[in-house]
Amino acid sequence: MRAETILNAALLAMLVAVALWAWTADEPFIITLVTKVAIFAIAGIGLNLALGLGGLVSLGHAAFFGIGGYAMGILASHAQSYTPLMEWPLLVEGTKSMPVIWLVAILAGALTALVIGALSLRTTGVYFIMITLAFGQMFYYFAISWPAYGGEDGLPIYVRNGFPGLNTLDPIQYFALCFAVMCAVLLLVARIAASPFGLALSGARQNPQRVQAVGLVPYRLFLVAFTISGAITALSGALYADLNRFVSPTMFSWQTSGEIMIFVILGGVGRLFGPVAGAALFIALEHVLGGLSEFWHIYLGALLLVVVLFARGGLIGLVAGREVAHD
Amino acid sequence: MSIVLLVEQVLNGLQFGVMLFLMAAGLTLIFGVMGLINLAHGSLYMVGAFAAAATAAATGSFLLALVASLVAAAAAGALVELTVIRRLYDRDHLDQVLATFALILIFSEGTRWVFGSFPLFLEVPDYLSGSVTLPGGIEYPLYRLTMILIGLAVAAGLFALIAHTRIGIRIRAGESDREMIGALGVNIARLYTLIFALGAALAGFAGALIGAIQSVQVGMGEPVLILAFVVIVIGGIGSIKGALVGAILVGLTDTLGGFLLPRLFTLFMDASSAMTMGSALAAMSIYLLMAGVLLFRPTGLFGGP
Repeated sequence: MRAETILNAALLAMLVAVALWAWTADEPFIITLVTKVAIFAIAGIGLNLALGLGGLVSLGHAAFFGIGGYAMGILASHAQSYTPLMEWPLLVEGTKSMPVIWLVAILAGALTALVIGALSLRTTGVYFIMITLAFGQMFYYFAISWPAYGGEDGLPIYVRNGFPGLNTLDPIQYFALCFAVMCAVLLLVARIAASPFGLALSGARQNPQRVQAVGLVPYRLFLVAFTISGAITALSGALYADLNRFVSPTMFSWQTSGEIMIFVILGGVGRLFGPVAGAALFIALEHVLGGLSEFWHIYLGALLLVVVLFARGGLIGLVAGREVAHD
Repeated sequence: MSIVLLVEQVLNGLQFGVMLFLMAAGLTLIFGVMGLINLAHGSLYMVGAFAAAATAAATGSFLLALVASLVAAAAAGALVELTVIRRLYDRDHLDQVLATFALILIFSEGTRWVFGSFPLFLEVPDYLSGSVTLPGGIEYPLYRLTMILIGLAVAAGLFALIAHTRIGIRIRAGESDREMIGALGVNIARLYTLIFALGAALAGFAGALIGAIQSVQVGMGEPVLILAFVVIVIGGIGSIKGALVGAILVGLTDTLGGFLLPRLFTLFMDASSAMTMGSALAAMSIYLLMAGVLLFRPTGLFGGP
């Protein structure tokens, strides 16, 4: 077996082990932290599809994260106040059911990513970075100035939404749910990466001219990747909102985009499990350094700088060697 | 809606625009010459504002505060260039984004550590406070008018620097062929440090000027940074002229959007929902402007192919 495969399995086992230990030791806070790792990892896996496989440096993925969050917030708030979402042309009610909310989040995220991607992908390189950042910011300001769903103050949801057969309010059960979703997303992305589409996308990243020469359209490949990427990140946004039972414009902020990117980078760009390792490291750092000093972002910044300047393969690259899985 | 109010809003837009230009000019120069995307430019803006506020509190002189903002931001810029940025010129944009994002974290938390979380205040000096009467009987704050004039003067100075001086020739040469000017005996490393410090000084100066009408606080730089990105995307990356036109366009759109859109919506809906719709759309207006420009000119108004 390759070192990376062993490392991936160890990562999953470690997440489960920490959660189970926290469950037996009655430490719900630790379970929440591990759940956060799983949710952030999903956001990172979404971005990694665009960034690692497609080479699209998107600094606006907070837009999709936030849209997932607000999909949950809006549907659940209508359900909780028993007011319909709209009455005309057809009656749409709010819902407290997670599968429905996830579906809405995924569709809304995909649609937004399709529009943002269609516009942004007309450009490349540094323009693309700045434009995705700007579009993310557009949603942020919109969320702040739109008072219907809490505006700047955000929107609390009193009871976590339900999933058939589970008690989602029990931390360990909600962790199990998020972990299962993360594994499903990992499987999906692994399948995408190995599919003809994934190979073409990887080719388009490495050399768009050649891909074009064999009759494929790089723009379309990138757009499809960006759309799927947005949908996955939106799903993680819905899960995150349910974890906190709270949505706020902060989910749209550009710092969120930066953090999602940090998960990918700390773990290793283009590695399937990179975002899982990165999110775990990020949460561990936040927990440990945050306990040491109020100003833990300084250390995070310094660490990120060191990783970028000296250890470009990220955590998985450091352990499993420099060979990159998708190249 | 009176015409006086409208002129006042146009002037506000212009004032916002020239300040954005000070930010965007540095960004676009740094990108044009070194090919570097610098997210930490907003931190240099913040450094300038904090240096000015601290100096004004210590000495009471606004002029000294402005000088301090220039010096502190240029020094911080040069230091960052020498230690971190120069390792990034040969890297791809992703590495540049991440490393400069890391610098933002360090700068922001470092400033919070030194100055605390509470905002500082920079007073407008007595000789610039109050308002002036413009032709047509329009009252306008003297300080904001001064900002417009200073901004336009700096823009003119920058154009002259780039068009007519030896350093300007080197900057333009560096944009078109960096190996060649290196071969001709120009010290490229020093030139890059100089350009970076110049861009930083402009950003810090803008921070100090704006700091006097807003509060000086950690995180003040990033919203402006993102607007400056919008500006240079609209104007075309690398073009100073594009930065000026883009900055004024964004400044006017932002200010007039917030002013006109709610009033426009009152024409066909009730007042409170018009206010809501109008301000929500106004918040998005500059991004819609950017999307519009990109549809027709993917490399911006003055950008090359």
